[in-house]
Amino acid sequence: MKKNIKEADSENIQPPRWAVRFLAWYCRPSLLEDLEGDLHEYFERNLKAKGPRYARLIYIIDVLKFLRFYTVKKPDFLNLFIHYIMIGSYLKTSRRSLVRNKLFSFINIIGLAISMSVGLLVIAFFTDLVSYDNFHVKKDRIYRVVTKNEADGQPAMDFASMSLKAGNKIKESFIGFEDITLLRPGFSADARVNNKTVLPFSAWWADDSFFKVFTFPMLEGNPFTALQEPYSLVLTETTAKKLFGESDALGKSVQFDTLNYTVTGIIKDIPNLSHLRFEALVSFSSVENAEWLVKGEKESWDHIYSNYAYFTLPKNGNTKGLQKSLDRLSANENKGLKNTRISLSVQPLSTITLGKHYSNEIGHSFPVAVAWILAGLAFVVILSACFNYTNLSIARSLRRSKEVGIRKIVGALRGHVLGQFVTESVIIALLALVFSFLLFLMLREQFMSLDQFPEKLVALELSPRIVFYFIILAVVVGISAGFLPAIFFSRMKAIQVLKDASGLKVFRQVNLRKVLILVQYTFSLMFITATMIGYDQYKGFLALDLGFNTENIVNIKMQGNKSELLKKELAEIPEVGMIARSNMITSLGSLYGTSMKYKDPRDSARLYLNFVDANHLPMHGHKFLAGGNFTTKPEKGNETEIIVNEQVLKRFNIANRNPEKALGEVLQMDDKRLTIVGVLKDFHYGTVEKEIEPTAFRYYDEESTGGYLNVAVKSADWSETRAHIEHAWRKIDKVHQLDAKFYNEQIELAYSQFLMMVKIIGFITFLAICIASMGLFGMVVFTTETRLREISIRKVLGASEGGLVFLLSKGFLFLLLFATLIALPATYLFFDKIVLTNFAYHDPISLSIMLAGVLVIMFIAFVMIGSQTLKAARSNPAEVLKSN
Amino acid sequence: MKGTNLGEFEELVLLTIAALVQDAYSVAICDELERHTGRVSKLGVVHAVLNRLEEKGLVTSRMGEATSARGGKRKRYYEVTQAGKVGLLRAKEVRDGLWNIIPGFNIETA
Repeated sequence: MKKNIKEADSENIQPPRWAVRFLAWYCRPSLLEDLEGDLHEYFERNLKAKGPRYARLIYIIDVLKFLRFYTVKKPDFLNLFIHYIMIGSYLKTSRRSLVRNKLFSFINIIGLAISMSVGLLVIAFFTDLVSYDNFHVKKDRIYRVVTKNEADGQPAMDFASMSLKAGNKIKESFIGFEDITLLRPGFSADARVNNKTVLPFSAWWADDSFFKVFTFPMLEGNPFTALQEPYSLVLTETTAKKLFGESDALGKSVQFDTLNYTVTGIIKDIPNLSHLRFEALVSFSSVENAEWLVKGEKESWDHIYSNYAYFTLPKNGNTKGLQKSLDRLSANENKGLKNTRISLSVQPLSTITLGKHYSNEIGHSFPVAVAWILAGLAFVVILSACFNYTNLSIARSLRRSKEVGIRKIVGALRGHVLGQFVTESVIIALLALVFSFLLFLMLREQFMSLDQFPEKLVALELSPRIVFYFIILAVVVGISAGFLPAIFFSRMKAIQVLKDASGLKVFRQVNLRKVLILVQYTFSLMFITATMIGYDQYKGFLALDLGFNTENIVNIKMQGNKSELLKKELAEIPEVGMIARSNMITSLGSLYGTSMKYKDPRDSARLYLNFVDANHLPMHGHKFLAGGNFTTKPEKGNETEIIVNEQVLKRFNIANRNPEKALGEVLQMDDKRLTIVGVLKDFHYGTVEKEIEPTAFRYYDEESTGGYLNVAVKSADWSETRAHIEHAWRKIDKVHQLDAKFYNEQIELAYSQFLMMVKIIGFITFLAICIASMGLFGMVVFTTETRLREISIRKVLGASEGGLVFLLSKGFLFLLLFATLIALPATYLFFDKIVLTNFAYHDPISLSIMLAGVLVIMFIAFVMIGSQTLKAARSNPAEVLKSN
Repeated sequence: MKGTNLGEFEELVLLTIAALVQDAYSVAICDELERHTGRVSKLGVVHAVLNRLEEKGLVTSRMGEATSARGGKRKRYYEVTQAGKVGLLRAKEVRDGLWNIIPGFNIETA
C-alpha cells in the first residue's frame, strides 16, 4: 500500500516551475518543445531512481547548462525598433499627461527631486570617502599596525597608534614586509628663518622609509635620502612658501629654539583625500636619541599613544606570517605586565578612513556604521518619493486606461505598454534630476558649513564619474518608481477598458496603496521621534552635572608661553577673578593617562591624569570626600602629592575604599612615589560616552610651558573683557593668536558631532515629512474627487458636513494610527538598545517628547485631510450632480 | 571543407541515428550511444551535436506525435539525409583504406 501511495505522489511531482519558465524564456522557440520534453524525460527517470530532490536539482542544473549560444533567442530587433520609433509618441503623451495633471506632476517631480538631492549628496560623500588615499601607488599593499589594550576591569580599547618599542622591534627583527615607516606627530615649535621671521610651526617626525611606503611626489630633493640625516626637514609647497616666500627653500636652514634644521626636500601639497595630513616632516633620527624620548618611552611596551607604523607588503605577499610574529612579540612582552594585555594587529589602508573607529586616530576617519545609516536614510527618503509616484499613478490609472486600450488595439504588445510607462517614469526622474542637481548644489553648501568636520573630511567636488553615478541614480529611481504602475497598465485588457472603464479593478490595488502610505508614515514618525529624542539627549549631555563647576570660566591656551607672565598681566584686569593652571581641559573628550601601581609591583592600572596648580580645584568647585588641596609646591621635579577620585580607591581596594583612611597611602607612577593627600568625589573626566574611571590630579610643574590658564571672569560684558585679555596676550606673545574660550562653549563643541548628526537626521526628517505629506495630500485629493458624486447624493439625502468629513478621512486616520503603533515602539527600542548603549551617562528617553513628535505629524496630516474633505463636503450638490 | 568534415563523436551520433531508424530522438540516441560505447553521454553534448549535424545538412528532423509522457511535449525525430549517408561512407572508406595498408592486422582480418 505504502509503495502505491508513493508512486501516485511521484506522478504529481513536477520540475521546478521557475526553471521551466526560465528555459522557455531564453530558449529559441524552434528548439524549445523537444528540449523541454527531453529534460522532462530525464526528470522522470531521476525521480524514480533517486527521488524528487535530486531530480529537481539535476533539472535546474540542466536548464542552466543548456544556456548556450545556439539555444538562446536572438534579441528581437523588430521589437526594439518599434520601441525606438515609438519613443516620440511616448514623449508626447507623457508630456500631455504631465501638463494635464499639474498637481500630481508637481508632487511627483518635486518629491523625487527633493529626495534625490539627498541621494546625490550621499553618493558624492561616499565617493569621496571610498577614494581616500587612492593616490598612493602601493595603496593595496599598505597596512598599518594597530594596538589593542585590554586591562582587567576596564573596557578594551583599540588604538591606531603603537609603542615606539614595538615599532623598533618590528623594524629591526621582522621579515615579511617590504618597507616599514614610523611616524610620530607632535613636533611643534616656532620657526625662525634668517633670525627674522617667526612663525608657529608643526610637523611630524618620520623615518627615511616614509617615501618608500607612501606616494607624496617630491618636487625638489631626493625622496630616499631626505629624511635620513638628523635635523632634516621636508616641507610641503605651501609651508615652504610660508617660510621662504618665493625664494628657493632647498638646502636652507630653519631654526627651532636653538637648533638648525636643513630643508632637504619639498613635496607637493597633500591631496584633499589623504588621511595623513601634515605641514612638514622632520627626520625621526633627530629625536630618536633625545633624552626625554629615551627615558620616557623608548623601552616601554605599554606607552602606546604616540607612534604610528605603516608598512608595505611585497607583491603577492600576505599578512599571515607577520601577524604570527606580532602575536609572538605581544605574548613575550606581555609577560612583563599584570592585568593588562597589549596586542598588535594589522589594518589595511583602505579601511582607515571608512572603517572601524580607533582611538588616537592620526587623521580623519568616518565610522562605517554612520555612513551606512546616512545611506539608509537617503534610501528611505527616495523610496518614499517613489511610493508617491507609484501610488498616484495607479490611483489615476482610470484616466489613462483608454489610451492604453487604444494602444493595445492598434497593436501594442504588453512589452510595449510596459516600456512606455517605464520610459515615462524614467523621463520624469531625469527631469527631477535637473531640479535635484540644483538643490544638491545648495545642499552641499549647507552641509559643508554645518560643522568644521565635513569640510575637513570631504571635498564633494563634481567629476564626470560622480555625474555618471547621478544619472544612474535617476534611471534606477525612475525604473523602480514606474515599475509597478507599468505592470499594472500592461495587464489591462483592451476590450474591458474601452467598454466600461469603471469596471476596471483599480480598487483591487487599494491594499497596496494603503501599505505604501503606511510605510511612508511609519518612517516619517520614526524620523521625527528620533530627531526629537536625539536633541533632547543632546541637551541632556550639555546639562549633565560633571561633578565640578564650568560656569564663567575662560580657558586660554598657552601655546608655548610661560604662564607666569600672562598670569601677572591678567591679574591687573579688574574683571578677572581667580586664575588657575591646568595641563589640559577635561570633559571634552581628550584623555591623558599613565599607568599606576599600588603595593603589588606587577599589578598596574590605567590612570587618567590632569596636572593642575593649587587654584584649580577650588576654582572648579571639586568636592573633597577626604583630605584637601595640595599642601606643598614641589621643588624642581620633587613631586610628592596626588589627589585621586573614588575609582582609584576602588581599583586597588585601598583602605577598603574608605577615603579618610586612604590618605597617606602611596601610589607609584612614572618612577615617582606619590602620597594621596585628597580624595575627590567622582567627576567626569571624559565625555558622557565614557564610564568614570580612575582619575587623578598632580601638581603642575611650575617651570613648564604650554597647557592652559583657567580664568574666572566676573563681568557680564564678554567682548570688552576679551579685548582686555587680548591686550594682555599681545604683550607676552606677538606670534600666536589668542585662543580663549568659555568652558561651556568648549563642552558644546565636544558634542558638536552628535549635534551635527541630529541636524542631519532632522533635515532628512523634514524632507521625509514633506514627501509623505505631499503623497497623502495627493491621495486625499484623488479620493475626494472620485467620490464627489457620492458625497453630493449623501448630502442631498441629509448627511451632515461633520459626518461626511469623518466618512472621507477615517480610512486615512486609521492608517496614521497604525503607523504610530509601529513607529513609536520601534524608535524607542532603537534608542534604548542601540544608540544610547554607547553613552554611559544619559537621561531616560522622554515619552512626552516622543508624543510631541507624533502630534506634529498628526497635525500636518489632519490639516491636509481636513481641508480637502471639508472642501468636498461643502461643495454644492446641485452643481456637482448637474455638471456630471 | 572544414564544415562538412565529420568529427569522431559526430560520426558516432550519425551512425546511431541510422541504426535506430524510426526511433532516433535525442534521449534514445543518448541511451543507445551509452549502450554501445560504454561511456556516459550527456544530453547537452548530444543535443549540441545533433543541432550542428542538422545545420550541416547531414540529418533532418521532424516533430513526432504528442503523448502524455514527457510532460505532453513532442519528440523530435532525426533521420540521416543523403549527404549524411555519403559522409558516413566516405569516413568508412578512409578508415578501410588505412586498415588495408597496415600489414600485420591485414593478415588477421583476412
